[in-house]
Amino acid sequence: MIWNDDFETLPREALESLQLKRLQNTLQRVAATVPFYRDSFSQANIDIGTIRSLADLQRLPFTLKQDMRDNYPYGLFAVPLEQIVRIHASSGTTGKPTVVGYTRRDIDIWAELMARSFMAAGVHRGDVIHNAYGYGLFTGGLGAHYGAEKLGAAVIPMSGGNTKKQIMIMQDFGSTVLTCTPSYSLYLAEAAAEDGINIREFPLRVGIMGAEPWSESMRREIEEKLNIKAIDIYGLSEILGPGVAIECLDAQHGLHIWEDHFIPEIIDPDSGAVLPLGETGELVITTITKEGIPLIRYRTRDITRIIAEPCICGRTHRRLARMSGRSDDMLIIRGVNVFPSQIESVLMTIEGVEPHYQLIVDREDNLDTLEVQVEVNEQTFSDEIKVLQDLSRRIQKEIKDLLGITCRVRLVEPKSIARSEGKAKRVNDLRKR
Amino acid sequence: MKVQQISIFIENTSGRLAEVTRVLGEAGVNIRALSLADTSDFGVLRLIVDKNDLAREALARGGFTVTKTDVVAVEVPDQPLGLARILALLDRAGINVEYLYAFVERCGANAVIIFRFDNADEAIATLLANGLDVLPGERLYQM
Repeated sequence: MIWNDDFETLPREALESLQLKRLQNTLQRVAATVPFYRDSFSQANIDIGTIRSLADLQRLPFTLKQDMRDNYPYGLFAVPLEQIVRIHASSGTTGKPTVVGYTRRDIDIWAELMARSFMAAGVHRGDVIHNAYGYGLFTGGLGAHYGAEKLGAAVIPMSGGNTKKQIMIMQDFGSTVLTCTPSYSLYLAEAAAEDGINIREFPLRVGIMGAEPWSESMRREIEEKLNIKAIDIYGLSEILGPGVAIECLDAQHGLHIWEDHFIPEIIDPDSGAVLPLGETGELVITTITKEGIPLIRYRTRDITRIIAEPCICGRTHRRLARMSGRSDDMLIIRGVNVFPSQIESVLMTIEGVEPHYQLIVDREDNLDTLEVQVEVNEQTFSDEIKVLQDLSRRIQKEIKDLLGITCRVRLVEPKSIARSEGKAKRVNDLRKR
Repeated sequence: MKVQQISIFIENTSGRLAEVTRVLGEAGVNIRALSLADTSDFGVLRLIVDKNDLAREALARGGFTVTKTDVVAVEVPDQPLGLARILALLDRAGINVEYLYAFVERCGANAVIIFRFDNADEAIATLLANGLDVLPGERLYQM
C-alpha cells in the first residue's frame, strides 16, 4: 500500500525536474534570509543563479554539524521566530545541542513523510502503534506520533523507560506495531521473558526501528524473538527527524529516501568529492521543501550507498543501503577503520551469542587495544573451561578474519553490560581520556 | 547413578564468589562440595548442593548464568592409593576424565571423588563392574 501515489511513484524524470525546481527555490530563499549561506556562497564565489541542473549541486559548499553549533541556537533559521511552531534539539553529548525549528508546513510535511513511512512498512488505519521512542527534545517520539495520527492509526505515546509497564501496556492494549530502537526491542523481549511472558504471542506484527546502526543479523534476532517483521527507518533531527527514509515491507532491502523532499548525494568523506552512483561513502542531504531550517549539502556522517535499481514495491524513490555506521562512530584501531556494527555482525553469526556487547578501546605502550566484552548466557555457558575458551578464541579469530586486528575477548556475566532504553552505547574509548 | 552438579559462571572481579555463597545461604542451600576452575578473566564454580532446584532458581534470580551437569561420585577408602587405583582402571578402560575434585567424609574413613566424564554411563558401568561404590544422589546430597 502506498500513502501518496502521486508523489511516491512519480516517474524519475518528473521527480528530478521537481527536485531541481524545489532546489532552486530553496537556494534563493536561504541566500536571501540566512546570513551563513549568503556568506558561504559568496566566499565560494558562487552565483546561485547558475545552478541549472541537479549536477550543479556539487559545486555548493557543505553544511557541517559544527556550522549548526556555531550558529546556536537560531542562526540558521530561514524564517522569523513568529513562523516557528516547534523547536527540537539533538542530544548534544559533545558540546551544545544542534537546534532545529519547524514551521507549521514543516510539521505537516514531516507527518506526511512519517505516514508514508508507516504505510511502506505495512502499517495502516486500525493498527495500534506502541511508540517507545523518547518524547521530548529528541525528534523520535513526536515525529512517529504525528505520522501515526496522520495515517489514522491509534498511537500509544509511551516514550522510553519503565520497561515493565511497557510490556503490560503492549500486552493489555493489543499493540500491533512497535516503534523503538532495535536494541530496546531486544531488551523488551528479554525483560518479558524474565517475567515469564511470551512476547512472541503478542499481536505485534511490525517493528519500526532506527536511531542507531544495526545489522542484518540483529534484524533476524529481533524478528525471531518478537515474532515480527523488523523494518529499518532512518532519520536525523538536523534534516527532519524520523521519516527521511524507510524500508518497504515488500523488499525489506534498502531504505527509500523521500526524494521529493530531499536530495541525497554520496561523497568520499576525506576528499569531499561526489562518488559514482552505487559506491559507498558518506551520505549528504539537501532539504528542498523545509522552511524553518533548510540545509544545503548537510554532511550526515552516515555511511551508505545509493541503490538505483527500481524496487518491486513500485516506488520510484531511490533506496539507501542499510547504514553501515556513522563516520563519527568509526573507530580507528591500529590504523584500521572499525565500525561497531561489523563486530556485531561477527558476534551474531555465532550460535547462542546475543547482541549484548561492548567495545573497550585503549592504548597500552602506544599501541591501540580492543577488548570485546560479550555476555555469557545459558546457551553459551559450559561447566568446562575449554568450551568457554574455545568460544573466546572463535570470536577472536572471526574478528581477526574480518578486520585483520587481534582483539581481546572477555566473557562477562549476563546483564553486566548496561541496557539502553534509547540508543545503545557500544563503545568505550578510553584513549580520549 | 549420576549425580547433579551446578556450575556457575563468575567474572574474576572481587565479591562475585561472596555473592554466590550469599545467595545460596539466604535460600537455605547447603554446599556439600565445590571446585573452582579459573582463568585470568573468569571462573567456573562447580557445586554439589543439598537442594539442586532451589539453588538453581535462587542463582538464576540473582542474575547468574547457571547450568547443571551430570557427574559421578565414587566413594573410596581414605588411604594411600585410593584415587590411584581408580584412575589406573579408568585409564585401562580408555575412559577420559574431564576434571575431578574430592572431599573427605565427615567420619573420616572414606573419601568421595566427583568425576566429570565425557560419557558418564559408560564410566559408571566400568566402575561398578570393578566393584567400586558409586554413590546415588540421595546419599551424596545428604552427606
